Amino acid sequence: MAISTIKNELHIGAGAQAPTARRLRRACGPDLDGYGFILPAAIVMVALIVYPFCLAIWFSVSDGLIGEPRHWLGLENFQWILGDRIFQQTLWNTIIFAVTSVVLKSVFGLGLALLLQRANMWKRFLRGSVLIPFVAPTALTTLGWWLIFDPTYSHINWALAHVWPLNLLGLGPYQWLGDETLALSAVVFVNFWRGLPFFAVTIFAGLVAIPTQIYEAAETDGATAIRKFWHITLPLLKPVLAVVILFSTIFTLADFNIVYVLTRGGPMNSTHLFATYSFTEGILNHEIGLGAAISLFLFPLLLLVVIFQLRMVRKETSYGL
Amino acid sequence: MASRTTTAAIGVDVRAKTPSWRVRQTVWTYIALIPYVAFALFPLYITLVTSFKSKQEINNLGTSPFWATGVTVENYVYLAENTQFFDHWMLNTLIVSVLATGVSVIIGILAAYALARLRFRGVEAFGVAVFVTYLVPTSLLFLPLIEVVNFIDDYLPIRDTYWSLVLTYPTFLIPFVTWLLMGYFRTVPVEVEECAYIDGCTRMRALVTIVLPMALPGVICAVLFAFTLCWNEFLYSLVFIQDAVHKTLSVGVVTELIRGDIYYWGSLMAACITGVLPIIVLYAFFMDYYVTGLTAGAIK
Repeated sequence: MAISTIKNELHIGAGAQAPTARRLRRACGPDLDGYGFILPAAIVMVALIVYPFCLAIWFSVSDGLIGEPRHWLGLENFQWILGDRIFQQTLWNTIIFAVTSVVLKSVFGLGLALLLQRANMWKRFLRGSVLIPFVAPTALTTLGWWLIFDPTYSHINWALAHVWPLNLLGLGPYQWLGDETLALSAVVFVNFWRGLPFFAVTIFAGLVAIPTQIYEAAETDGATAIRKFWHITLPLLKPVLAVVILFSTIFTLADFNIVYVLTRGGPMNSTHLFATYSFTEGILNHEIGLGAAISLFLFPLLLLVVIFQLRMVRKETSYGL
Repeated sequence: MASRTTTAAIGVDVRAKTPSWRVRQTVWTYIALIPYVAFALFPLYITLVTSFKSKQEINNLGTSPFWATGVTVENYVYLAENTQFFDHWMLNTLIVSVLATGVSVIIGILAAYALARLRFRGVEAFGVAVFVTYLVPTSLLFLPLIEVVNFIDDYLPIRDTYWSLVLTYPTFLIPFVTWLLMGYFRTVPVEVEECAYIDGCTRMRALVTIVLPMALPGVICAVLFAFTLCWNEFLYSLVFIQDAVHKTLSVGVVTELIRGDIYYWGSLMAACITGVLPIIVLYAFFMDYYVTGLTAGAIK
């Protein structure tokens, strides 16, 4: 059921071909050389994705150090995790992190896309500079943010203390990465900074694809800008938005770099995500079974997001234009 | 009711066509864009400024950290002379990125061609598999991949060297490249290929001499995308390589340059700028390809 949905959505297979072409194909028989073409990719996918995935499941239900024979443990790891305070905190962090950051990215990404569509001068400069956070190595750019949030050298604290009129507010200095709430906000903020271009550029492409005649027709009927946005732009963008949000949610849920560089999960585990907690248990504490079990919790979340989003895309693309 | 529509239509028309309204709209658009651009460039600006400051100036907390009073290259000199930044990390990253990208793009081209053109049992299932594996994040696979790397290490010495990265990076590159190129290959008309077949062309030759040149923008885009993903990869590199000589750029900077409690902000920021620069230069030339790839990957 889910598979057939995916297949329909992705237009794989012969469905799109004209009937005569299909009949011709059938007469010639299947393209057996196709197996040769997909063989290298299939080998890599099985050996380095499917097999490790199964291995992760085996790790999560067994005990032992890496490279040594493991013995069956059953669901003990999962039991331990579910009772673990840090894991509960991680789950909570991940939800807040992903939801806040994806909502921020969607809203501001849409805003930026609308602005980019209107800007006719310096198009390349604008697009290029706005895209930089997304293409530059995350670990390195996050180090820049690390300096900005540093307790001693913080640019934000300096501005709060010295720049008029901010200094009149009497705020700060803040421990941006030392306080639990501030640290989580900082991590969300950097993720928002990094992911915004992806939303903006993709939504921009979606905006350009909307036929201008629809807007012209609406204008003739006296539609205001706000009404045009709510009744034309947004509904026609829904499929694009759905896909962008799907991708972003997946990669936000699985994020590692930003948290690792900024806070390593601290303070008091207030910024741990699945990936960083799994790294801490699996690599730093050598509890590879626990680490695998933690990272496996990502999977049902991902699957849920994928199914939910594909359902939405399916419904929304039938606007019949 | 009809008259009301007409007046509304006239009202809109008049407003939309005044030149001054257009000017005002443009001005507001650019004013609204300023915070976005400033936000996007802010950390890079801070990084750049700090990398040109002397140690004394960075540590002088009384002066504004937002700009430098003098320019010094001492941080870059330190980076070149006292760290393995240029001679190892940058070189390693380049080697890994080129090799992994090359392998993945070739494998991806073959698989994408089969998905876009050929009909055989299982091709649909393979397409779905590519899409699903594309969505499997690296943070789900890094632990078991250690075991896989160790297993291969029994036959070929890849553990703790950048060869382990050349081996594992294709796991996230191939599904992506395949997916991207499949869309491009579909846009090449089948008829051209069929003509070639009638003239006795083999499938492989048709792919290389007809489909690939016609889908060249797609191939460039795939190469660019894959290269960027390799250059930016962090987790696998952090997990698989402990030997400082074999580290890649991001991991080398984060794990080797940050030691103890007193940070050498100047050289750290110099390293960040140098590591980001190649990507930015690449984008100055190929941005349009990247944008089409980004949107194709998401919208397709």
